[in-house]
Amino acid sequence: MLPRNMAKNKTSVGYKGPYGYQKRRDGEGRSCVRYKCGLTNTIQDVLRQRPGWIEVKDDGEWDFNWCDVGWLRENFDHSYMEEHVRISHFRNHYELTRKNLMVKNLKRYRKTLEREAGRIEAAKCDFFPRTFELPSEYHLFVEEFKRSPGSTWIMKPVARSQGKGIFLFRKLKDITDWKKDGSRSEEQRDETQVESYVAQRYIENPYLISGRKFDLRVYVLVTSYIPLRTWLYRDGFARFSSTRFSLNSIDDHYVHLTNVAVQKTAPDYDPEKGCKWQMQQLRRYLTARHGTKTVEALFKDIDNIFVRSLQSVQKVIINDKHCFELYGYDILLDQDLKPWLIEVNASPSLTASSQEDYEMKCHLLEDTLHIVDMEGRLIGKEKRVGGYDLMWNDGPVYRDVDLETLGSSCLSANTHLGCVNDRKKQLCQLLKPIPGQKRI
Amino acid sequence: MMDEGTELSLTIAQIVQRLKGTNLHSQIERQAKECLHRPEIKLESLKDDVRHFLKASGWEKKLQNAVYRELHVQPPPCHPATPPEHTKEPLAYMRKAQASWEKRILKSLNSMCTELGVPLARKRPAIEQKELTNKWNEMGTDEPDLSRFRPVYAPKDFLEVLISLRNPNHDSSEEASSKSYWGLVQVPLQVRDIPQMREAYSELCLTSGQLGIDDLTHVPPDLFESEHIRIGKKVLSEQDSAAAQQYSRQGCPTGLRADLWSLILNSTNSPEDVLHYNQLKAGVIHHDLLVDKLIYKDVKLTASNDDYYFVFEDYLYQVLLCFSRDTAVLDHFSYNSATPPKSYIQGRVGEEEFAVVYPPNGVIPFHGFSMYVAPLCFLYNEPSKLYAVFREMYVRYFFRLHSISSSASGIVSLCLQFERLLQTHLPQLFYHLREIGAQPLRVAFKWMVRAFSGYLSTDQLLLLWDRVLGYDSLEIVAVLAAAVFAFRAENLMEVTSLASAEAVLADLSTLKVMPLIQIFLFATVI
Repeated sequence: MLPRNMAKNKTSVGYKGPYGYQKRRDGEGRSCVRYKCGLTNTIQDVLRQRPGWIEVKDDGEWDFNWCDVGWLRENFDHSYMEEHVRISHFRNHYELTRKNLMVKNLKRYRKTLEREAGRIEAAKCDFFPRTFELPSEYHLFVEEFKRSPGSTWIMKPVARSQGKGIFLFRKLKDITDWKKDGSRSEEQRDETQVESYVAQRYIENPYLISGRKFDLRVYVLVTSYIPLRTWLYRDGFARFSSTRFSLNSIDDHYVHLTNVAVQKTAPDYDPEKGCKWQMQQLRRYLTARHGTKTVEALFKDIDNIFVRSLQSVQKVIINDKHCFELYGYDILLDQDLKPWLIEVNASPSLTASSQEDYEMKCHLLEDTLHIVDMEGRLIGKEKRVGGYDLMWNDGPVYRDVDLETLGSSCLSANTHLGCVNDRKKQLCQLLKPIPGQKRI
Repeated sequence: MMDEGTELSLTIAQIVQRLKGTNLHSQIERQAKECLHRPEIKLESLKDDVRHFLKASGWEKKLQNAVYRELHVQPPPCHPATPPEHTKEPLAYMRKAQASWEKRILKSLNSMCTELGVPLARKRPAIEQKELTNKWNEMGTDEPDLSRFRPVYAPKDFLEVLISLRNPNHDSSEEASSKSYWGLVQVPLQVRDIPQMREAYSELCLTSGQLGIDDLTHVPPDLFESEHIRIGKKVLSEQDSAAAQQYSRQGCPTGLRADLWSLILNSTNSPEDVLHYNQLKAGVIHHDLLVDKLIYKDVKLTASNDDYYFVFEDYLYQVLLCFSRDTAVLDHFSYNSATPPKSYIQGRVGEEEFAVVYPPNGVIPFHGFSMYVAPLCFLYNEPSKLYAVFREMYVRYFFRLHSISSSASGIVSLCLQFERLLQTHLPQLFYHLREIGAQPLRVAFKWMVRAFSGYLSTDQLLLLWDRVLGYDSLEIVAVLAAAVFAFRAENLMEVTSLASAEAVLADLSTLKVMPLIQIFLFATVI
């Protein structure tokens, strides 16, 4: 299929396309944005309601594409994109989001760090549990497995999502299918092609609230890998398992997996019953239980996970300036309040589970679009846009400090995960309304 | 009335009586004995030296806190010849109303009991006991069939009773319309007006820093918040209940609140408290009470469906089931207008020696009762500690929200105060709502009965309860109810029915309570 973008006329100022819009020179922002959207949930609503944004159907030219990864795989390489065009994924995002590749990249980054900066620095990457790809690393895995007898491990398919195909095990015989055995004949190996999995040390002491396990979903926006420029959204949520945690029932998916998708199929799942807490609620709960200092340290450790994981793929991700990506990070806390990275999602669910959830996701997506800034309203020096705080800008970003407190307090990071999100007010002050838009 | 001197002596005597023989008493005695070995204790100045030692080692402070606690739960001092029922409630018509309400509740409970063929109490067979012990930490996973059980009463039933209260000595037939009260509560109790409250709640004034206002994002922390936190830490290190109570008036910082509240309430979670809690737990394991089903049902209907509190379901059972069996709670009936329901051993009705209080703590839960506990789960996750704090909150404050009394913190006064504030300061709104058949109390009542638990977001609720503790009164709950109406007045003026008024006031989860209260108390034009 010949992509239309390649076939169109060379542009010049004043060109009027088929929809009668005025195309501006790059850098001046545009009052009319043609968008393509491959998903049918909250993002559709947000794009549709954005003043001056018009959907293009089928093969029409677009300035902005919120695509799904399938489309990306099939079309990205054949698409020519002009400078102003933006697309919602990086070409090889899977280096970060596929479990086996992420682990590989993290391990390599850690090694480099140890070599260049020493053990203590490298230890800052110890936020993912021991992980091995199977069947390729089977023997390495067995070594580790034997070193910690009685431990529990979790097997996850490399490429699936929503909790599918995951199971726990304690005995090697449960995973003989993934045994890498040189004695198998070529035919045998071809016939029973086993799906690639990762075996990961299961965190047996998760932090529990009232006996229930939960994980955190956090939203991180990356607008560039080189230099690394990333934003952290203040809202997020804690997803609770609907049953009480116990190590006795490792076959019970509902206990161990906190994905909303899995919980929805649990027999006692009640859709009316919320199994999510907003991040603010969680942060307040933890502060009430452990004090401000401890919780601030925890959130600092969580920031560290984001930055290090992104740094680990900095050199492998194809840094296309057209690309930005909104990641959904899954973080688990253990009883010592150490955060662990479970997974990074390139297509975090944008379907809303409740009215509150819908509003949060709308705001998240609106602010994402504000940062992508097709309209050219930002000057580029902002540290905060709506609910997003600039977390890393080719270096750490610190909160604004006024002169009076300069001497007394040390610099603190610009992130505010789980803090108050008064985005409306901030946006009012920051952005001029798009022509035709009611006040934000 | 007695003179001040006699009153004081009587109070002191009562407190000494209550503290005598307590664990604190024996601990202090032991400390005093052991300190005799210390070099600084000299025979010549024995008394002073021991006193000095007890002060320096913090024991005097502990005693001070215990005395302070007793002052909170003492019935008001009165003439020695006063019958105990007058101590509970001085006004006769209130006593009567409470007694007949109790009769109704008990009748309802007994008839449900008979209808369903379920005993009020039964001993659990051994297998069941074992099962329950194993499941103690996850009782929420149980899904017993509760469809046949109904809550004994709901707040709106109670409201009807309050509306029908009348003082037989008060002739209201000749009230001129301008002086008449438009509200539902028609009893002539004394409630404070705004000028009086401005004095009483001076720490909430516009020029004074508050948590819930001056800790918001746009306010630099150096203006108030940082200093307030520093003072909070100091209060905690001093371990002084009275200071903590005073401090709480301006709000408790999230990270310090749990410790501050337990200091104010003098809930120390000593080994004795833990032991007591475990004994109650054993009681739950051994016997099954009918009220347990009511508790289960209430938790499933209210807290489990709440976005904030569903997580704490298991804790709620662990607290409330034990609460029902705690006979120590019976003490509070000496200053509560309510009287615990009595049940008689079969065949011995009327014979006092065969009377048994049912449930053992004398408190029959109603629909929404579990919401008194739910917010506390945010602060305490050790069951015995959570239990101790809840019990103290109940015997100091919550009981007043569902018993008929003339107390200034009682629900009757709160309702009256709410209506009077509305009538005085928002007459147009009140009149309008009255005309369309939407009496404001019908909407606000359920908020006040629960002290707003489940209606406000958790952080706001805790800020409100900071002030309840700080001022040792539930009056602020009535003020907030009026302030909410003031805030939504514009929308309420447009409604044309009770249902639409309810809709306007259905969602309070976005409200910020302290600005509302502050504006209502200090910025209203008198």
